[in-house]
Amino acid sequence: MAGSTLHDGTTPLNSASVQTSDDAHGYYTPGENIVDAAAPTGPIADRWTTRKFENRLVNPANRRKLDVIIVGTGLAGGAAAATMGEAGYNVKSFCYQDSPRRAHSIAAQGGINAAKNYKEDGDSTFRLFYDTVKGGDYRSRESNVYRLAEVSVNIIDQCVAQGVPFARDYGGLLDNRSFGGVQVSRTFYARGQTGQQLLLGAYQAMERQVAAGTVQQFTRHEMLELIVVDGKARGIIARDLVSGEIETHLADAVVLASGGYGNVFFLSTNAMGSNVTATWRAHRKGAYMANPCYTQIHPTCIPVSGEHQSKLTLMSESLRNDGRIWVPKKAEDCEKDPRDIPEEDRDYYLERIYPAFGNLVPRDIASRQAKNVCDEGRGVGPTVGDFRRGVYLDFTDAIARFGDDGIREKYDNLFDMYARITGENPYEVPMRIYPAVHYVMGGLWVDYHLQSNITGLFVTGEANFSDHGANRLGASALMQGLADGYFVLPNTIRDYLADGPFPAVTEEHEAVVAAREQVESRIARFLSINGTRSADSYHKELGQIMWEYCGMERSEPGLRKAIDMIQQLKIDFWTNLKVLGTAESLNQSLEKAGRVADFIELGELMCIDALNRRESCGGHFRAESQTDEGEALRHDEEFAYVAAWEFGGDEGQPVLHKEDLIYTAIEMKQRSYK
Amino acid sequence: MNLTLNIWRQAHQDAAGAMHRYHVTDISEDMSFLEMLDVLNEDLNVKGEDPVAFDHDCREGICGSCDLMIDGQAHGPEVTTTCQLHMRSFTDGQEITIEPWRANAFPVIKDLIVDRSAFDRIIQAGGYVSANTGSAPEANSVPAPRDKAMRAFNVATCIGCGACVAACPNGSASLFLGAKITHLGELPQGQPERYTRVVDMVAQHDHEGFGGCTNIGECSSACPKEIPLDVISQLNADLRTALRQGR
Amino acid sequence: MSTTDVKWVLVATTDSRPTLVKGSRASRSTISLKLMMAVSGLVFIGFVLSHMYGNLKAFGGEEKFNDYAEHLRTIGEPLLPESGLLWILRLGLIVSLVVHVTSALILARRARAARPVKYAVKKNRHSSISSRTMRWGGVTILVFLVWHLLNFSIGKVNPAGGETDNPYTLMVDTFDLWWMTIIYLVAMTALALHLHHGTWSAAQTLGLTNTAASRTRAKLAGWVLAVVVAGGFSLVPLSVLLGIIEK
Ligand SMILES: Cc1cc2nc3c(=O)[nH]c(=O)nc-3n(C[C@H](O)[C@H](O)[C@H](O)COP(=O)(O)OP(=O)(O)OC[C@H]3O[C@@H](n4cnc5c(N)ncnc54)[C@H](O)[C@@H]3O)c2cc1C
Ligand code: HEM
Ligand code: HEM
Ligand code: SF4
Ligand code: F3S
Ligand code: FES
Repeated sequence: MAGSTLHDGTTPLNSASVQTSDDAHGYYTPGENIVDAAAPTGPIADRWTTRKFENRLVNPANRRKLDVIIVGTGLAGGAAAATMGEAGYNVKSFCYQDSPRRAHSIAAQGGINAAKNYKEDGDSTFRLFYDTVKGGDYRSRESNVYRLAEVSVNIIDQCVAQGVPFARDYGGLLDNRSFGGVQVSRTFYARGQTGQQLLLGAYQAMERQVAAGTVQQFTRHEMLELIVVDGKARGIIARDLVSGEIETHLADAVVLASGGYGNVFFLSTNAMGSNVTATWRAHRKGAYMANPCYTQIHPTCIPVSGEHQSKLTLMSESLRNDGRIWVPKKAEDCEKDPRDIPEEDRDYYLERIYPAFGNLVPRDIASRQAKNVCDEGRGVGPTVGDFRRGVYLDFTDAIARFGDDGIREKYDNLFDMYARITGENPYEVPMRIYPAVHYVMGGLWVDYHLQSNITGLFVTGEANFSDHGANRLGASALMQGLADGYFVLPNTIRDYLADGPFPAVTEEHEAVVAAREQVESRIARFLSINGTRSADSYHKELGQIMWEYCGMERSEPGLRKAIDMIQQLKIDFWTNLKVLGTAESLNQSLEKAGRVADFIELGELMCIDALNRRESCGGHFRAESQTDEGEALRHDEEFAYVAAWEFGGDEGQPVLHKEDLIYTAIEMKQRSYK
Repeated sequence: MNLTLNIWRQAHQDAAGAMHRYHVTDISEDMSFLEMLDVLNEDLNVKGEDPVAFDHDCREGICGSCDLMIDGQAHGPEVTTTCQLHMRSFTDGQEITIEPWRANAFPVIKDLIVDRSAFDRIIQAGGYVSANTGSAPEANSVPAPRDKAMRAFNVATCIGCGACVAACPNGSASLFLGAKITHLGELPQGQPERYTRVVDMVAQHDHEGFGGCTNIGECSSACPKEIPLDVISQLNADLRTALRQGR
Repeated sequence: MSTTDVKWVLVATTDSRPTLVKGSRASRSTISLKLMMAVSGLVFIGFVLSHMYGNLKAFGGEEKFNDYAEHLRTIGEPLLPESGLLWILRLGLIVSLVVHVTSALILARRARAARPVKYAVKKNRHSSISSRTMRWGGVTILVFLVWHLLNFSIGKVNPAGGETDNPYTLMVDTFDLWWMTIIYLVAMTALALHLHHGTWSAAQTLGLTNTAASRTRAKLAGWVLAVVVAGGFSLVPLSVLLGIIEK
């Protein structure tokens, strides 16, 4: 494979990029480049080992004196809480759900990658690293990705030891499969419920520490503000969602593992409560938000059925291994029963355009092509808005080959779920699928230590921007969450905590009081607007804007329009919102209002980031940047950098800081799946 | 379709609650049950009435947050979660009664929301394998027979929703308990703590005030993940062994 | 051990296994109560089977029946005093009854406390009537037993006013009254229901039903025992009433 040769890992293979376009001119302020990302040096394979050794240790006796707040109990937060608790730190863990076990990691279906090479099919740490960097379209940091690939094997060992029931072969050893266009079998899975099983493993490990007294768990608590004292993150303000009480929690370090913000699109595969509040509040306190426009659109979701739809349901991508994707060749066939459309009138468009990869092309390509055929008027299913938004995913051939039972064994729960939601039987009628927002690669900027630019604030899992570049390969977010939680964070945060315990901060400290007052006055404001519209209705409207202009395909005029619309929406929100009830009780409308307010601000920044990035790369397609054949075109010479945005104040403009992406182990290549 | 809803409203844990009647109109049969409640809430918001509070998050049947007693059945008439129940299971003009889970160990917090933290404490009592991070042996060094691994997986799919408790005439959490005991007990990694685990978890279950199981079986038929009754048999068998071992 | 080692031991949290419920023991759990119910229930099953067999001797006529009753009192002699074995059996039954009823009471109270607020609407999905009427059935059987013992064993009350020392005549006299037969038949219905669920339930409680097949077998056993025992007992009263068995 070209490009997979090991370079020496010390000489740069590319030079820093120079941006010549400036589409976002007037929407932002240029800032200084980021030079210190705590980046390691030396041969890539040794960097993590060296760094672990260099990082200072914390005397076990001191650990009890160190308080660490972890917001989030998904794979990233749950695993971190368990591990930090085992090590003897005082951990306070927060989640908005009623139990840590319900964090949205639970919904991940497909699987988790690890370079175990159990199949002896040529996999290796380097290949997983290479595939991930390439899959991310060379927009990730190579050192981070290499570390991820390196610890992937430990994750599987750890999870098996916890009793995670991975699929096994007849010999009783672990089974794995190839997933999402990858040519080696490195994905470990537990039927279609891998995320659930991994999360329960982390949750149980964490509950064990709760019993041991090292982890204190605060469920039904929402973080609403970060406390920064003398430039260091020293705690959070949280609202007890049951009593409404505003609580101050102080600590020596704060870890945000609060998940992704895909819900900015309103309709996404995220849970209803997934939010950006934790990270956005930190952003407003100075933490950079990196690459916010990088979102991933997943090709195999159940299409929207009507106006009142509240969320989209993903079906595992593994379905693409056996299903064939098609639409009718002629628009007039779209209303017909698919079974009555003869073979010659069907367009298996992925197999046609990408003969080498066929139905297994990467997510972004599969998604964009689905949108294209629907925009051409060849979509199927109910008309929503102006178009039919759906394409067929047909198992007829696979059923003929493996029989109903063979398919049932592989995909039982997915087929059931589909039947339940749509009321159609996928064993008889081809499924309909459509792309949906699924994951965000953007998030708070962190250095190699997962520390943000605010000292003492660490960010892990989907909440940070770090490891997937402009696109995420299947089965790698779970890997990242657990890598961060079990193996990376515990080894990097100790270097920071070795200086602790830090001088005690009291609740009367002016920074603490100010943070608290901010939260209280914001809540009071929501309750006092007393307009006419629910927070939900604003969320829906924002989602439509984002999906239309900042979704799969973006263009300069579209993004400008979107920014205007969002600014209008924001004004309307703050004058016409209606939130009933009181602050001193469980009040779901109030929770929602806070989340939507932050989404609106984030949406604007996403559009600015998208506008600035005049290139098609990874998950998103920029209309102004395509090849003659209409394929995505990247501009490494201009954009091989991380766009880290600093909050510029409510009235000001965001400040753009760039971190150059320099590769020493892999050369950048334009991708081609033809 | 148009529906009449009888919904339990309760301001907070210590307040007295009562059933209230509401009407919703223009409900499409492709909506999920919770989307139907969203419509009601949007409507209440407009009218200036406090929206109905209910737990939900993933809305795809996996997080275990949603928990409504719908017309006397946990999660409603289908074998699924409330969020995956669709309105095509109801008919125009129907009257639907919606209540919270009822169990002493699950106190009502507000309206239809109950506190299920008792389940967390049952897990804390022993629902884990003690495996510190970094101490794990190579994953394939201990093979697990495939059939046992399959059984472990099948019961590990429990989402902790509490429907088993809600449906059980005795308010017992034996199915939830049995599912975790069986999951960990079927795997080689779960063996060292197998018999202390069952004693500790059962003790916590009893301590929380759940009822004892008299093998009625409503739990399993209400369980959205179809956890079979044999996990309770397994639970009993493991406890019997622990008893014999004098634990 | 150096001082740093000592400190490490103090902070390491995973050396000891935390217990949430202090002094938790297998024997103190609800499941242990259930095990006692199951074992005492099995003793009862053994008793009713043999008692039924003895009753069927009535079809052999007065002599056979009374001989059997007499035989019960003399087995074991001279090793045991008269009625020795009978008293041992009786003692076993009394102990079982105390255990069975006490456990039932404790479990029933727990179950009631586990759901203090009832549902406005509650439907059952697949559970059998027998499983939901165990407590009433048990009480019915207990009440019947008191009457039965007064009638035939301790009190020897002949409601027809006839002879009382001859078991056979006592029995025939009793069942010649239609209302006495009805009482017995009602009791037998309660027993049938109790056994239908009780048999399967005991198997499940003992942890013997870990597979679908064994569960099916246990349920089948419940049916067979219910029909055989209740049917077998009912034959004698019915036959007396119909005049097939006469003095
Ligand atoms: C449907 C679906 C399928 C997926 N399938 C796969 C797959 O097959 N393979 C794969 O690798 N990845 C998959 N992913 C992606 C992957 O699951 C997620 O990226 C990953 O689980 C995120 O984990 P996390 O720990 O960062 O966050 P989450 O699991 O989202 O956890 C967030 C936590 O933060 C808490 N929280 C959030 N905001 C606040 C706040 N303000 N205050 C307090 N607490 C807060 C929440 O309570 C929660 O505990 C899938 C994602 C989805 C949605
Ligand atoms: C001949 C008489 C009886 C027989 C054969 C009998 C048999 C059984 C059996 C086998 C069980 C199942 C135990 C288990 O679930 O593991 C049972 C349960 C039960 N019995 Fe009886 N029993 C008898 C009398 C009684 C009496 C007199 C009472 C009460 C006053 C009673 C009350 C109950 C109750 C409430 C249960 C269900 C509770 C539970 O399963 O935990 N029974 N019985
Ligand atoms: C129609 C059914 C029944 C008939 C005809 C019947 C008949 C009798 C008779 C004749 C005796 C006296 C035996 C003797 O003194 O030697 C007796 C005793 C007894 N019967 Fe029954 N019986 C019936 C059902 C039952 C049932 C269902 C139970 C239990 C649940 C039961 C429990 C007993 C007991 C405990 C004794 C006392 C035994 C003793 O003295 O030790 N009987 N029965
Ligand atoms: S056993 Fe079933 S009903 Fe009970 S909590 Fe688990 S999933 Fe819910
Ligand atoms: S319904 Fe209840 S009695 Fe046991 S079998 Fe299920 S827990
Ligand atoms: S909302 Fe997650 S299971 Fe229903």
